[in-house]
Amino acid sequence: MTKPTKLIINCETKEQIEVELTDEEIAQLEADRAKAEADKAVKKAEDVAKAEAKAELLDRLGITAEEAKLLLS
Amino acid sequence: MATTYEIIDKATAGSGGVSSVTFSSIPQTYTDLKIVVSARQGSGGTDIKLTFNGSSTSYSNKRLFGTGSTAASDSANTTYVSNTMTDDSDFTANTFGNGEFYIPNYRVSGIAKSVSVDGVTENNATLALSMLTAGLWSVTDAITSITISAQIPNFVQHSSFYLYGIKNS
Repeated sequence: MTKPTKLIINCETKEQIEVELTDEEIAQLEADRAKAEADKAVKKAEDVAKAEAKAELLDRLGITAEEAKLLLS
Repeated sequence: MATTYEIIDKATAGSGGVSSVTFSSIPQTYTDLKIVVSARQGSGGTDIKLTFNGSSTSYSNKRLFGTGSTAASDSANTTYVSNTMTDDSDFTANTFGNGEFYIPNYRVSGIAKSVSVDGVTENNATLALSMLTAGLWSVTDAITSITISAQIPNFVQHSSFYLYGIKNS
């Protein structure tokens, strides 16, 4: 399997080289990926819970979202 | 009229993508630097990370952002300057986010280096995002190299990075 690469540009010589990441760098990349995906899942769950709570409250009050906005303006 | 705005170098990700782009041996002949980015990431990541001289310490970020439905801010001491300016695989196909990093006084020793960042994602859906970052690297060395890294896992093909030098006269 091809390893991920990084691009290094020497601004003096204009040389561009693409080098494979080290095992340590790949491990860090994987750790970052896992954290970002976990953070994203948590955020999505929070957004869903918030939307559900809002809908439930509007339902209990018997008003629409637009009417709630009008009340708060 | 003096030329005060010049391209120093540029890079474009090839077919396999790249996880980071480093501009090294940056000429110490300008007043400020500006980096212009148009990029998309492979999956799950929209943040872009900037580091100087290979350092992963002494960075702080104050970020102000708005989505299609909310506005918010956050603050963090991290191992890089960050901004959300790249689309990921959840975003509309073939769209690229874009943004700019501005780094004044990059070669002046003895002062911490500030970075102002302005970025947007592009998405044909409710969720899209615009973000401003006030970044700081509390190290007083002159900046000789800059690395721009993807959050995860890489910048896809056609992502582009331009480094400009700006003189004040």
